[in-house]
Amino acid sequence: MFSFCADPSALSDARWFACYLTTGKIANFYLSFGTVLLLLAITAPAALAFGFAGATAARSRIAPLRWLGQSYTAIVRGVPDIAFFLFFVIALDQGFEWIRHKIRCPDWSEPIRQGNDFVVCTAAKLPLSTSPQWVHEVYGFFLAVLTFAIVFGAFAANVLYGAMRAVPHAQLETAEAYGMTHRQCFWRILIPQMWVYALPGLSNLWMVLIKATPLLFLLGVEDIVYWARELGGTANPRFTDYPHGDWRMWFFLGLLIFYLGFTRVSELVLQRLMNRLTRGQATSGGERQRKARA
Amino acid sequence: MKQLILTAAVLAVSAGMASAQDVVRLGTEGAYPPWNFINDAGEVAGFERELGDELCKRAELTCEWVTNDWDSIIPNLVSGNYDVIIAGMSITDERDEVIDFSENYTPPDPSAYLCTDAGADIAGGVIAAQTGTIQAGYVAESGATLLEFATPDETIAAVKNGEADAVLADKSYLAPIVESEADLGFCGEDVALGGGVGLGVRESDTELKDKLTAAIQSMKADGSLNALIAKWEVSSTF
Repeated sequence: MFSFCADPSALSDARWFACYLTTGKIANFYLSFGTVLLLLAITAPAALAFGFAGATAARSRIAPLRWLGQSYTAIVRGVPDIAFFLFFVIALDQGFEWIRHKIRCPDWSEPIRQGNDFVVCTAAKLPLSTSPQWVHEVYGFFLAVLTFAIVFGAFAANVLYGAMRAVPHAQLETAEAYGMTHRQCFWRILIPQMWVYALPGLSNLWMVLIKATPLLFLLGVEDIVYWARELGGTANPRFTDYPHGDWRMWFFLGLLIFYLGFTRVSELVLQRLMNRLTRGQATSGGERQRKARA
Repeated sequence: MKQLILTAAVLAVSAGMASAQDVVRLGTEGAYPPWNFINDAGEVAGFERELGDELCKRAELTCEWVTNDWDSIIPNLVSGNYDVIIAGMSITDERDEVIDFSENYTPPDPSAYLCTDAGADIAGGVIAAQTGTIQAGYVAESGATLLEFATPDETIAAVKNGEADAVLADKSYLAPIVESEADLGFCGEDVALGGGVGLGVRESDTELKDKLTAAIQSMKADGSLNALIAKWEVSSTF
């Protein structure tokens, strides 16, 4: 990076760190912060969508749909995260490959399961074994987002289901008395009012999601905790120009500050959102806002 | 017509076979110097990097490097996330039941104990080893208390802070550590474990296994494998 980095062993501390912190190895660490933030940015709305669909299904008047929504929340919330992550991702990946195998290679005669091996024809591989490394990484990332969305969606579904029931029933009856259809009641009366009841539960989920990202490594995505452990370990002078002792404490301290800062910012944003959602609501918070203005 | 469909099917299958060999993905741990590690530029380096690149050249394969946690390195091979394990993995009967191994590319080599003071209780004390290694299996059966860690680096840290009395690992991994840290040394007798280190492939991938074994044999024959082993000091030579 810098011109003076040619011989790190002869450098003063400040320059040594300037060189060390700009090596390609440490750049992986910086990039992984981006991975985690991107994952959160995509997963949060996706999980909310899963949750909304689950909650709507769970209170549907069509029985099979209701069973589907209720069993989704019950099963996913009941299985330990790690078991779910390990089992589900492999199953999901193999499921995709199996479907592609059936479509693309109908003439294939050998069995797909050969002992321990899962063998599909090469045209069905996901991603294709010829595709470059970044495609593999994007695919892994996509599986991670999907799994996170399904797991956290189940919790969100339960929160939203409760929030929908918390909206005063009189509001819905009044709407129907005015001649609104069922659909209109749902979208115009129930949904706008439910968020204020859902937000405390959803903000809890968001905080848990922020801290759940190290589970990514189970899915083969190299996240910040993986790199902190990897880079913080003792670096032997034979294998690097920047030898150091066991620095894991310092790397993890950095992570601690990152996570605390991130949750603090989240809290501030969620507080503003809560204020906005409370406006004009028939809740004690809404009442307080009304009196403060009056 | 039947003939035509049959020909088309054969063509499709053979085309599939050809593209299967286009890119071979090599899976390694990236945390076990001098065998494999991530260098300052953030790339896989070490003995196995050079060996793998040379084997691919001789077998006329295009290869790509992938890193994976040691814990899940066999399940991910079996489910097809990469095609070869090249991660200092010793050939053992237990592993051979799940995957296949190429011919070994290093001879069977001793494992050693690393400890802070030479009088450490190896027979009955607390011995650290990496999860899922032959050393962990050996300690579990030896009567000592086994303390397992996910990465090799953590086993060393456990000895330094007194959590464990000693580490059992490949001698080639421990040697550079003994060299650079004054308060750590070898203790007790070396133990001979495993049947040498080989490349792991899926049991259904015999074609790939034969190609790689042929490449290893050619490197053994012209002495280039011994030169590489000596350069990285990973084991004794053939």
